[in-house]
Amino acid sequence: MKERLVQLEVLRYNPDTDTEAHFQRYEVMCQEEWVVLDALNKIKADIDPTLNYRWSCHMAVCGSCGMMINGEPKLSCHAFLRAYEGVIRVEPLAHFPVERDLVTAPDDFMEKLKRVKPYIIPKEKKPISEGEYKQTPAQLMKFRQYSMCINCMLCYAACPEYGLTPDFIGPAALTLAHRYNQDSRDGGRKERQEVVATHEGVWECTFVGACSEVCPAHVDPASALQQMKITSSIDWIVEHLIPGGKS
Amino acid sequence: MSRNPLIREVPPTSWYFRHPRYLRYMSREITSIFIGAYCVLLVVGLQRLSAGPAAWEGFLAALKSPASVVFQFLCLVAAVYHAATWFNATQKAMPIQIGEDFVPGNLISGAHYAAWAVLSVVVLFVAGVF
Amino acid sequence: METITTDVAIIGAGGAGLRAAIALAETDPTLRIALISKVYPMRSHTCAAEGGAAGVIKPDDSFDMHFDDTVGGGDWLSDQDCVEYFIHEAPKELLQLEHWGCPWNREADGSVAVRPFGGMKKKRTWFAADKSGFHILHTLFQTSLQFPSITRYDEYYALDLLVDDGRCQGVTAMEMRSGELRQIHAKAVIVAGGGAGRMFPFSTNGAIKTGDGMAMAYRAGAPLKDMEFVQYHPTGLPNTGSLLTEACRGEGGILVNKHGRRYLADYGMGPETPVGQPQLKTMELGPRDRVSQAYWHELQKGNTVTTQWGECVLLDMRHLGEKKINERLPLVRELAEAYLGVDIVKDAVPIRPVVHYMMGGISTNTAAATPLPGLFAAGECACVSLNGANRLGSNSLVELLVFGRRAALSAIEHIQGLPAGNAVALNAQAEKTQQRIGDLLSRTDGTESMSGLRKEMMDTMEKNVGIYRTEEGLQEGVSKIHELRQRYQRVILTDKSSVFNTDLFQVLELGSMLDCAEAVTVGALARKESRGAHQRLDYVERDDKNFLCHTMVHHQGLDVPRVDYLDVVITKSPPGVRDYSGDHK
Ligand SMILES: Cc1cc2nc3c(=O)[nH]c(=O)nc-3n(C[C@H](O)[C@H](O)[C@H](O)COP(=O)(O)OP(=O)(O)OC[C@H]3O[C@@H](n4cnc5c(N)ncnc54)[C@H](O)[C@@H]3O)c2cc1C
Ligand code: SF4
Ligand code: FES
Repeated sequence: MKERLVQLEVLRYNPDTDTEAHFQRYEVMCQEEWVVLDALNKIKADIDPTLNYRWSCHMAVCGSCGMMINGEPKLSCHAFLRAYEGVIRVEPLAHFPVERDLVTAPDDFMEKLKRVKPYIIPKEKKPISEGEYKQTPAQLMKFRQYSMCINCMLCYAACPEYGLTPDFIGPAALTLAHRYNQDSRDGGRKERQEVVATHEGVWECTFVGACSEVCPAHVDPASALQQMKITSSIDWIVEHLIPGGKS
Repeated sequence: MSRNPLIREVPPTSWYFRHPRYLRYMSREITSIFIGAYCVLLVVGLQRLSAGPAAWEGFLAALKSPASVVFQFLCLVAAVYHAATWFNATQKAMPIQIGEDFVPGNLISGAHYAAWAVLSVVVLFVAGVF
Repeated sequence: METITTDVAIIGAGGAGLRAAIALAETDPTLRIALISKVYPMRSHTCAAEGGAAGVIKPDDSFDMHFDDTVGGGDWLSDQDCVEYFIHEAPKELLQLEHWGCPWNREADGSVAVRPFGGMKKKRTWFAADKSGFHILHTLFQTSLQFPSITRYDEYYALDLLVDDGRCQGVTAMEMRSGELRQIHAKAVIVAGGGAGRMFPFSTNGAIKTGDGMAMAYRAGAPLKDMEFVQYHPTGLPNTGSLLTEACRGEGGILVNKHGRRYLADYGMGPETPVGQPQLKTMELGPRDRVSQAYWHELQKGNTVTTQWGECVLLDMRHLGEKKINERLPLVRELAEAYLGVDIVKDAVPIRPVVHYMMGGISTNTAAATPLPGLFAAGECACVSLNGANRLGSNSLVELLVFGRRAALSAIEHIQGLPAGNAVALNAQAEKTQQRIGDLLSRTDGTESMSGLRKEMMDTMEKNVGIYRTEEGLQEGVSKIHELRQRYQRVILTDKSSVFNTDLFQVLELGSMLDCAEAVTVGALARKESRGAHQRLDYVERDDKNFLCHTMVHHQGLDVPRVDYLDVVITKSPPGVRDYSGDHK
């Protein structure tokens, strides 16, 4: 197996002892096909047990291990060492408060997720005994992509709007609202619009498009937000410009 | 000891230097300034037109000054660039689903480019270029 | 120490924990529910499940068939009353998820689609592409957000159960971001802490699957049941251990050795079925224990392919074609491409068996109750004896739902009219946890490194409690793990700080894994037969006379645990022969 000496420069911050963050350099022998997370794990096991970061699945599905790697938001379990040359700079996800080292506080994101009501608000309620709601493959495809979000928050770290205006509900949460709006079983769009079609909602988005570029799950939040702008505009036109068009 | 999280501020005026994609975004936004300026120019033209033939002739002459030509050229470049970013975006904003599959994005953007080309020809035709 | 008082505390916010929380909130909106998890709910390992969830729904299927598949698949170690309850609840739970928005794949007419799975006689596995667990977890999590009575304690590390007056009345937990300890007083506790696959070096399990829930209950006096049954999944990526779901074979993928032979035919799962036309319950769709064991035999015969990641066999899916692969197995394609550099559309992937699932766990009955009053358990951490000696793929995700809900209903029943606990006594117990953590943080004479002990544990488990086991190896395993548990008392904690101290949590997790590992080795040594996932080279036959019973392991402090046995519940299916030779008479 081919090995290679990798140098990492990792942002360190311990609130117990530090007033500001600093970078620490590590050198670690890695296998060719490893990801940045493997390198961090090796550092933690063999060199420095005090280094802290989150991870679990090592297969890009749990969304724990987001970090800035050379300035780009990435899942560290999906950031292959072979893609990097020279010193790799590893920092906590941008735009979130840093608790310690690479561990950030996602509280704001969790709060926003809840605000968009990301659950089925049934169009028509029926008991389980009546079986499933029919949904054709085409109806499924209409929202499936938007249901793939792993809540990794890379899009928040990439979005300059969120960085500058923390009130912005942000790409992933809004996309989840869209996911439920597009679901044939759902009738909750109107309720969600109260959060979605606001200045903190889709109208804060200026379509930088960075979210979709960094999304590891190919969710394409930028697309969802633009679609929501269009439907919100149509709502507005119907309500204000068409006589008797109150929705 | 309890929490004392570190807030890493986003530099409010220089953030877009952090990544090439932010620069691309800013350049798209800046093109709107040119488009806005050109709109002002058109309004001024209208105003001149309503002020009588002499005023209109003066306006047309001013348009031909080298500075104005350079300005109009810049506006054209900006408008083309801005339009292109828009058309590229249409596939995201207006996905079209036929059955289970989505129409390929390039087709949607391509259709916009095609419509743009056709309309431009029509406008040029009406303007008597051909 | 701050005290939080609640009605029901749930430890774990994976599929089982979330389902329990929702059931509690729906059944009685006045209940206070504390949902405690060491990771944010959507990070729980349920998200990694790919293949799907089994429930009888189609007209050509029947409850009896699901019953027979499960009991036979479990080599008759399943409690049949439990299986009976499970199969009837399964479709209801899956439909409930459908009503909550789970994006199940569909047939053209809009009804739910099902796919074939190993060991199942009929197609009955509901799936959401190859991200079924992910969608189940997120659907549950998002649904749970609408219930104000569920208070989440995300990133709280649960430590010890509080037991007083002979019943479980709460738990201590550390807020990870501050390092502060809390005691949570509850009338009932549901443990849903997930599996313990991380005690092995090569596993499909995420970093969080360290058996904390099992160990916590075990230390508090609830026995661990059938821990020696550790499932190897036949198809793991040889370098990372990432799983390539059984659906690869369900959709028609085949397993071949270095000569290109479909070797499963040589191990009682033949004759060969036509390539690309998988037949249920035979060849590649045999049960996991048999398919993994066949790899071991191929390895002995020198029929495996040597790769830079070790000895492998090949999983070939090329004949499925790009379209089907993209539609049904997109994640598999992505995983193999990213981590191994193999495009499954163009090449066969090297794979080998990998530790996947714990059939054993905290002993519970069909009501999800443990022998300790007030303590309930569900999900992979529990052993309700559904899976017996070998779990069938796609039964587990449903188990989370069925028994997560059941645990909630049982907890509600338990707390009716229950007198308030003795706060002073509980506080005294919580102080003990405080003391334990304090000692760990202040210890200066430690001699054992955490990563060193962990490596020795993993190596021991792999070497001595693998797919095939022997008396000698198991003896060695038992004494080695026992020794490691003693040495663990002198483990060094390098990081003494309070905020998000993952060094501390890894040390605690190692303690849990060592407890679980001891139960596995001791149980395996005592079981002198071969059954399902427990295969011994020195006792090659199943022995229904002596071992048609559950192994119960009881914690004895630092001493070797005590083992006794509990009869298997047989209602209608007497032990028989497991036949995976297909329909072709
Ligand atoms: C790769 C993979 C694929 C699989 N595919 C399938 C499949 O296709 N079909 C199928 O039926 N089954 C499948 N399984 C099995 C199934 O997914 C698991 O058995 C199941 O998801 C376990 O769910 P759970 O709720 O019990 O635990 P988990 O989802 O693992 O959750 C455990 C929870 O407990 C919490 N916890 C643990 N310790 C502590 C502590 N000390 N303090 C606080 N909280 C704690 C964790 O934070 C987490 O929230 C698969 C498993 C794996 C690994
Ligand atoms: S939309 Fe993509 S980048 Fe954003 S949280 Fe979801 S998966 Fe991550
Ligand atoms: S570890 Fe789960 S996404 Fe990286």
